[in-house]
Amino acid sequence: MKIAKGLADNLWARAAGWTAAFYLMAVPLLGAGRALWVALGVAALQAVLLALDHLTPGARQQFRRVVAGGGAFAGRFGRLPSWVRTAAPLALLAAVALSGLGLGPYTLDVATNAGIYVLLALGLNVVVGMAGLLVLGFIAFSAVGAYTYGILGTQMHLSFWLALPLGGLLAACFGLLLGLPTLRLRGDYLAIVTLGFGEITRITLNNWNSLTHGPNGILGIPPPSLFGFTFSQPRHYFYLVLALVALAAFCSRRLERSRLGRAWVAMREDETAAESMGVPTLRLKLLAFMIAAFWGGVAGVVFASKQLFISPESFNFLESVMVLCMVVLGGMGSVPGVIVGAVLLAFLPEVLRGVAEYRLIVFGLAMILLMQYRPQGLWPSTHRFEETAGEASP
Amino acid sequence: MTSGSAFFQQIVNGLTVGAVYALIALGYTMVYGIIELINFAHGEIYMLGAYFGTIAAGALLLAGVPVYVTLPLALLAAAGLTGLYGLSAERMAYRPLRKAGRLAPLITALGLSIFFQQLVLLTQGAKDKVFPLAITSAGVTLGPVRVAYIQMLILAVAAALMVGLQLFVQKTSMGRAMRCTAQDPLMASLVGVPVNRVISLTFVLGSSLAAVAGVLVVVYYGKVNYLSGYTAGLKAFTAAVLGGIGNIPGAMLGGIFLGVVEGLAAGYIGGEYKDVVAFVILVLVLIIRPQGLLGVRVPDKV
Repeated sequence: MKIAKGLADNLWARAAGWTAAFYLMAVPLLGAGRALWVALGVAALQAVLLALDHLTPGARQQFRRVVAGGGAFAGRFGRLPSWVRTAAPLALLAAVALSGLGLGPYTLDVATNAGIYVLLALGLNVVVGMAGLLVLGFIAFSAVGAYTYGILGTQMHLSFWLALPLGGLLAACFGLLLGLPTLRLRGDYLAIVTLGFGEITRITLNNWNSLTHGPNGILGIPPPSLFGFTFSQPRHYFYLVLALVALAAFCSRRLERSRLGRAWVAMREDETAAESMGVPTLRLKLLAFMIAAFWGGVAGVVFASKQLFISPESFNFLESVMVLCMVVLGGMGSVPGVIVGAVLLAFLPEVLRGVAEYRLIVFGLAMILLMQYRPQGLWPSTHRFEETAGEASP
Repeated sequence: MTSGSAFFQQIVNGLTVGAVYALIALGYTMVYGIIELINFAHGEIYMLGAYFGTIAAGALLLAGVPVYVTLPLALLAAAGLTGLYGLSAERMAYRPLRKAGRLAPLITALGLSIFFQQLVLLTQGAKDKVFPLAITSAGVTLGPVRVAYIQMLILAVAAALMVGLQLFVQKTSMGRAMRCTAQDPLMASLVGVPVNRVISLTFVLGSSLAAVAGVLVVVYYGKVNYLSGYTAGLKAFTAAVLGGIGNIPGAMLGGIFLGVVEGLAAGYIGGEYKDVVAFVILVLVLIIRPQGLLGVRVPDKV
């Protein structure tokens, strides 16, 4: 009894301490008066948590478990008969394609942007989700694609349909160039180097005036045209992007269970073990880098052809973080998850239009909370379940 | 001015900036040394420190505190408050993830960095915050080189803090506990080192040092804005890697080296590519000598 009381006292003292600390922390930013509200909020939160702990010991752990255990849907989807698993994405694709006929130009435009993000996220998913290499400058590959079409399209009238694979291939070459020297690095070093690569790309684009027109960007990029038909309306781009997304999703899905995909997973789970089993890790990492960069480049070409204007500012660090968040939110390594994550985050600014200035702070908080309560994402990969299940009962 | 004196002038300027990088780099390197986390939000911590110093100095001057007392008090206030931020970040964001692999804490750090940036943007606005004291460019001329008093102040404060930190880590029992935890946290906890407290202390120390760096920079350049932390953080991280991450003297050396190289690059190549130089150095170090200048190569554990 005495011990329990002492513990409670301690907890209350701790709550009071945190409240005071947060008050102090808020004062310089908000002023003494408004900081009171922060302190009040912290105090209320502490009170709720303490009360919860008193009522049901371990309520917080339980909450954590409930939130974390919500992946049942993905597990159930994975256990459906195979024809359902094949038919469901096709039906979804058909539904989205049909809805394109009825939606207004504004919604279609937003949906097209979301589609470009899905392409980027699917690309990044190959390297982050499947191969387990954290890349923080991914948008640089997209910049390579966009500037390929931007420069060749305006100066040499290169057709969009040629630029599409060319931009992707060029981005893949950049992936190779970046990967060759850096892929021997350990995970977090690699993250920083790719971040540095992204910054170098952006700064170079900003300063290489003769080629990229620097911060002014490239104007008058020709829209795609096919047999004399020129893409001009949001609907045209919508279907273009939808087709590419379907292709990328199909390829990712096929990659997942392929020899290559399985080797990536082995490498992700334990690099040393994979290597000692004869998995050529360096070559596989390079391949993951190049495939991811390819999709990044393709997304860049589409972006340039849709905006008709590109500037280095479209390819800043925050965009890389955004795409990474899409992958993490959806569930790393899970193709449906990544698509869900990308669509959600791409539509989020439209939903939060009224409170637009709070969008990014919510975003930062969401990243922190997500990692604490649901690190596997909204729709985690069933692959991962199998791996952990295998571990539990050998 | 002859080109020789321009060279020495760039070295002096580079040393000043390098001392600041070194102070920030210490935070990266200490945290990495102990929990192997790249604390991405550390650049933002530095930016917060600069804001707090500016705000504190403004409040103190308004209250009629004499100028010579204002600066030390502002430094202390910034260090204390920013230390609190570092402590809270560790307790709330990083501690729950201590056993969660590498990716989760790294993404949390990215989230924290965005959160701090936006917090300052929302509460303080996007405009540059100007330091309330105009620092004169007065100084002494040593032969061909001019050293401003403020540059001397920065070098002196940075040197004092580095010596102090080195003494703390090498001579006190808490410092020994830090070195223990860095070597092997599990073993340290078995022999009675309060590992959690040591980690908290590391975050507080690193954050306070970054805050001091922030205040010194805001005094030197006169202004700060909510994005300042990003580049400074990256540079400081480069400095930490350059010196050998996890190695405290290495961070100091790396910071000064990077500052000088950058100063020379700004003088001879052109200011717009100054930032590229830092990243190129980072990539080169990681490729050629990933353990850094003073680091020791650690083999992968199987």
